[in-house]
Amino acid sequence: MRISVEEVFETVKMTLDHHFDIRTVTVGINLKDCMDRNLSGLGGRIEKRIIEKGKLLNKFADIIEQKYGIPITNRRIAVTPASLLLEPLPKKISTAVGLAKILDRAAKKADIDFIGGFGAMVQKGMTAAEENLLNAIPDALSKTERVCGFLNLASTIAGMNMDAVAKFGHILKKLAAKTPNGIGCAKIAVFANVPEDNPFMAGANHGIGEPDYSLNIGISGPGVVRDVVLQNPDCDLTQLSEVIKKTVFKITRAGELIGREMAELMGIDFGIVDISLASTTSAGDSVAEIIEAMGVKQIGLPGSTAALALLMDAVKKGGAMASGNIGGLSGTFIPVSEDAGMIRAVKSGSLNLEKLEALTSVCSVGMDMFAVPGDTPAEVLSAIIADELSIGVINNKTTGVRVIPVPGKKQGDIVHFGGLLGSAPIMKVAKSASPKLIARGGRIPSPIQALRN
Amino acid sequence: MAKKKKEKRNQICIVTVTGIDKVGIIAKLSAAMAKANINILDVNQKIMADYFVMTMAVDVAKASVGIDKILKQLDKIAKELSLNITFQDENIFKAMHRV
Repeated sequence: MRISVEEVFETVKMTLDHHFDIRTVTVGINLKDCMDRNLSGLGGRIEKRIIEKGKLLNKFADIIEQKYGIPITNRRIAVTPASLLLEPLPKKISTAVGLAKILDRAAKKADIDFIGGFGAMVQKGMTAAEENLLNAIPDALSKTERVCGFLNLASTIAGMNMDAVAKFGHILKKLAAKTPNGIGCAKIAVFANVPEDNPFMAGANHGIGEPDYSLNIGISGPGVVRDVVLQNPDCDLTQLSEVIKKTVFKITRAGELIGREMAELMGIDFGIVDISLASTTSAGDSVAEIIEAMGVKQIGLPGSTAALALLMDAVKKGGAMASGNIGGLSGTFIPVSEDAGMIRAVKSGSLNLEKLEALTSVCSVGMDMFAVPGDTPAEVLSAIIADELSIGVINNKTTGVRVIPVPGKKQGDIVHFGGLLGSAPIMKVAKSASPKLIARGGRIPSPIQALRN
Repeated sequence: MAKKKKEKRNQICIVTVTGIDKVGIIAKLSAAMAKANINILDVNQKIMADYFVMTMAVDVAKASVGIDKILKQLDKIAKELSLNITFQDENIFKAMHRV
């Protein structure tokens, strides 16, 4: 049956009025076979591979964009966790920073804006190479433009590496001090239960269970869903869940089609469709505004968590019906600085850090892109991270933290990061929290939920 | 699951025009399509939510020019008539609207 005018119009209107796009196409690249005892040997091989695939990615994304008339907004690369590549190399900070610079240069030459994977899996313990990578993070991320980092600090199976959590508080402070407005901290996310195939920055990496290459795709953002909620102002919540589900089905199918075709053109495996709704700084492209369109006066007020839980569930149901390859994070992002509705809510006092944490218990992906005063002690940053990651550990889900302690700024100040990263009001946070708890170190054992065999 | 792309003789694209109805839309589009050796299969139009919407299914399999040239030509017509014109492979609509 030929497509009807109504159906065509629905799709065209999504693109014209509601930011319908393919949010990200990310190519995962295995670099394990490039390892060497010599950094320049490693560098030569990985640079060649990244540039080649990056150029292909841009070329085919342009072709597909033209063919389907749907913008492909971000084209990115995720690589094997850098800590693995550092294993055979000298345990010097300069070596890890050198690797970051090689990744940065390759991304630039391939015209890729962000390359993910400068990170490590340290949920249970750290090898010498991993500890070296952690120590190198402040220099590596402040001396490069396009490199993004991740650390998996906890998992349901392993528990939480509190030595690494404690250390990371200090790393964040150092990284913030080295970059204007602490912006370097926007390029690293820490996780519990990090997925190996997440296409979104800053946490993207090409995990050890992945094939040589894989193409992962992120679907369109919140603008389309917000519109459909606004079109249904009076229906009850059961019906609302249904209309959200149907819309997400459609946008996921578009992602699936384009992902498969991109993978075929590039001659690589199709990986996953990540059905996360990712906000942008564009007007209307806000998850907070979906919650508000559902009937909550402002995100952060009572009712927000229930509304977000309904949204998240409807998104998953629609997405799972649309694609057999759902993966990655597949939650809903609520980054503070990148979502106009979240920024408003923090400014007006409806949303505080505690409620932000509560919201993340029903949605992925954690407390994202929020700013705190620059003089927040490292132990407080570590304690915020430990709290958030505990939610992930206990609930068998991914949670993450991307926090920016902005040097010289106080609660209520606004920091403009610019571009995709938006601007953030500095949130209120305790001046001292759990110094003794964090100083204890060790590992919070894996929870009883881990014993499922 | 999206259907695997089959090698078919037809490659159908949908031209969508939105904006205010006026004289000569179909004439201009048809002329542009004929010039590029693109066969028109079907034309439909409707007024929806204050939008005038016209869709035209075309077969580009034997087109004498590439998609980029067609898009340029359509952009020109869109500007002349103050309309919005999109040109998309039919499969995107099938994927989104057919289970």
